[in-house]
Amino acid sequence: MTAFVEVTRLGRSFDVSKPWLNRVIERLPRRRLVAVSDVSFQIEEGAVYALVGESGSGKSTIGRMLAGLMTPSEGAVRVAGSDLHADSGARKTARIQMIFQDPYASLNPRWRVRRIICEPMVVTGGETEGLAERLLEQVGLSAEDADKFPHEFSGGQRQRICIARALAANPRLIICDEPTSALDVSVQAQVLNLMSDLRDELGLTYMFISHDLTVVRHMADRIGVLYLGRLMEEATPAQLFTRPRHPYTQMLLAAAPLIDGRTRDIDLPRGEVPDPISPPPGCAFNPRCPFAVELCRKQRPELRDVDGVRVACHLAEQIGTPPAP
Amino acid sequence: MTPPVLSVRNLVVAIPSRAGVSRPVNNISYDIAQGEILGVVGESGAGKSMAGNAVIGLLDRPAHIASGEVWLNGRRIDNLGPEELRRIRGRQIGMVFQDPLTSLNPLLRIGDQLTETIREHLPMTAAQARDRAVAALEEVGIPAAAERLNSYPHEFSGGMRQRVVIALALCAEPSLVIADEPTTALDVSVQAQIIALLKRLCRDRGTAVMLVTHDMGVIAEAADRVAVMYAGRLAELGPVRSVINTPRHPYADGLMGAMPSLAVGQRRLRQIPGAMPRPMNIPSGCAFSPRCPRAADKCRIDPPPTLGDDPKGRAACWFPMEHPA
Amino acid sequence: MIRRFEAFWQSDFGWKFRHSPMAILSALITVLLVGAAVLAPLIAPYNPFDSSSLNLMNGFSAPMVPNAFTGDVFLLGTDDQGRDVFSTILYGLRVSLFVGVLAVLFGLVLGVTLGLIAGYAGGRVDGFIMRVADIQLTFPAILVAMLIFGIAKGIIAPQYRDQMAIWVLIIAIGLSDWVPFARVVRGATMVEKNRDYVQAARLIGRKPMAIMVLHILPNVLNPILVIATISLALAIIAEATLSFLGVGAPPTQPSLGTLIRIGQTFLFSGEWWILLFPAATLLALALAVNSLGDWLRDALNPRLK
Repeated sequence: MTAFVEVTRLGRSFDVSKPWLNRVIERLPRRRLVAVSDVSFQIEEGAVYALVGESGSGKSTIGRMLAGLMTPSEGAVRVAGSDLHADSGARKTARIQMIFQDPYASLNPRWRVRRIICEPMVVTGGETEGLAERLLEQVGLSAEDADKFPHEFSGGQRQRICIARALAANPRLIICDEPTSALDVSVQAQVLNLMSDLRDELGLTYMFISHDLTVVRHMADRIGVLYLGRLMEEATPAQLFTRPRHPYTQMLLAAAPLIDGRTRDIDLPRGEVPDPISPPPGCAFNPRCPFAVELCRKQRPELRDVDGVRVACHLAEQIGTPPAP
Repeated sequence: MTPPVLSVRNLVVAIPSRAGVSRPVNNISYDIAQGEILGVVGESGAGKSMAGNAVIGLLDRPAHIASGEVWLNGRRIDNLGPEELRRIRGRQIGMVFQDPLTSLNPLLRIGDQLTETIREHLPMTAAQARDRAVAALEEVGIPAAAERLNSYPHEFSGGMRQRVVIALALCAEPSLVIADEPTTALDVSVQAQIIALLKRLCRDRGTAVMLVTHDMGVIAEAADRVAVMYAGRLAELGPVRSVINTPRHPYADGLMGAMPSLAVGQRRLRQIPGAMPRPMNIPSGCAFSPRCPRAADKCRIDPPPTLGDDPKGRAACWFPMEHPA
Repeated sequence: MIRRFEAFWQSDFGWKFRHSPMAILSALITVLLVGAAVLAPLIAPYNPFDSSSLNLMNGFSAPMVPNAFTGDVFLLGTDDQGRDVFSTILYGLRVSLFVGVLAVLFGLVLGVTLGLIAGYAGGRVDGFIMRVADIQLTFPAILVAMLIFGIAKGIIAPQYRDQMAIWVLIIAIGLSDWVPFARVVRGATMVEKNRDYVQAARLIGRKPMAIMVLHILPNVLNPILVIATISLALAIIAEATLSFLGVGAPPTQPSLGTLIRIGQTFLFSGEWWILLFPAATLLALALAVNSLGDWLRDALNPRLK
């Protein structure tokens, strides 16, 4: 039995060289940005898999590759048993949809809501009569909204319209790329609740991309922590939040502002995310890691199983800190 | 008892337009004492940024202060001319904005920007100002400060740039700093560093801080007291721990319930129905009444008691929530 | 129809229009001149191209002065052949506007198509199209038009030349002004194609052609109206210049430029009206259309709001 989504050794690099004339005149080498490298994970059908990371972690790039909007440079994505980028029919059977971060950019401003929502059905040649109205009500808007334009809605309502459009394609997997980070807290709660409800009703599988640990903790069944394009740790929320194994995860948890008012006397994170064009040798996190030893600067740690948690750290056994509360 | 550094009384900001006059800031009063950090929190459209800009006289026409008073160190400043206000900004009020790139001139070396600001406000020779600039950069944790004086803003990383902005805001030793979303553009790990820095500097110097943000987590980490804004008015004002743990205003209560971090183990987040009203059509009576689970007829007719009239009153609400001890 | 006009009048755009005397004046002049051109056969007191109605005795009548031989009075005088200048201007206006509007439409369709393709495809296609645009820009528009005109003259048989002259003119002017359209559309397309709604359309399985036409095109059209209006003024002047140089509208279908060319030969012999009135009409038309375009640009620019 294989998982619904299988990502194996996925990698993607971008050519960020200057134009060739500049390279010739200024004697610059070609430069490649490795956005994602050697990422493998699986998503069970009906589960919520979350990827967290800071800027430059490659989380959106992975999302786009999973959606089929971008082809990987290495590795493969198999959804429901077929290779998404090799089989031409795979995208149809996989039925993947996406919800984007910016609700102001993800709806065509010149189209009425009805046309936006029905577009997936129009393309596949299905019945669109009453579809927009039904879906609008399903996402908590009213049927009359179908004749309005996107600019007549608030950010939260637009995100609901995006969800309705995704549902129109009758999806099995929805990639959610920071779906609530542009929304206010009270609206975020509405959208997250809606997404949970739809998952229960329709048996959807979510791939959830976010930088917000609290949202991820609330939504996910399994969490992958990314840093500079590599998977650092992968665990269930319970494991990750009670006993983070990787020093980077520990740092992220310590740095996230918590509102429950525990006074925390922790070391502040050191430094910032390095330039992904020239990542440090060895473990990508070693310059900021308080535990780094010589080995970390020389050899890149592989992702391996430590007490049921997948973690990429040479010292995972030694530094699994006792539970933070 | 020392008088407050900043005292705002019944401030109203009005924007006249063809369709009528909107009041994005409507009758708010608060004080900030020496060394205190007041968090101003609200969702988009609550008027929080406008409240900060009104204090420093940075309202874009046609927005203007329609009534109310702003007192800085016992001097009334809301009725000053643009020239006097300009002298107060920088000397007595420092400013930190969300995007460090817009607050720094990209064409000037940061050393020149710092010395220029220092000499503008303090009687110093070029050499003295330079020493002071180096000291300011060292204080905000920029390594090799003397050399970095010759760098341009784009040569710094995001976090370092925001440190430079803070150095710039504090170099003339102002008594009040207004920080508008200072960490929103930054990664979580860097955000923690910047909050800690801001807190340390203000505690050491006794600077009063008005911290405007949408992020309750940042407020919880940094602020002493918090003002919750809704539709241009203050909904609740009180010590940060009390407001978070025992909110009195139903809106503040809803906001806390909507935070995913407090709802761990809960399947659904508590959500506030509806959305913030647009500034042109604020409901009569209490602005929150259409969304409020506790609203009675009185709430829809009479505006709730204004905060500040009663020193014990924490919430602008006819029926504040009681929390059993 | 009335409701839609009402809605327009009450909108922000309508409000700005009502509060700009410049816009109202330009629009008024434009509407007046365009109306006069369209209705020329109804308004014109004479048909200047009906040789049977011409009376050579009426030649060189001064404006509003009764002719010495026939006693006829002409509003704006007559030319050497006795043609009523007012009527020739109305018909000339017709030709000028016809050529101008069609030339701009041709340039618009060409420019928008190429710009859309360049912006969406990117890479080499983009490089090629934009280099062609760069080369095009290094030639003055008039030169390009004259070149095309010369080529056409070589290809087309002499007996068709007069008939084809107008169409050659349209293509020549149109080909010389597609570049601004292409540039603006290309830039806007490059922004729009990275927006999430385009990604969502790709995800649904829309083909590139459908994405370009259905999704991107409606969102890059706003600046086109402004460029088209300003181009129209330029095209009218270009047409006049070509006709003045003798490579434009034939004397059998004179445009304002042709009239000016004819008129200038009489300037120093004292018959000033044959030149002055067509020239003034051209000036008014170009100025009105141009300032309308300028105003549109300001009114539609969100950054100036």
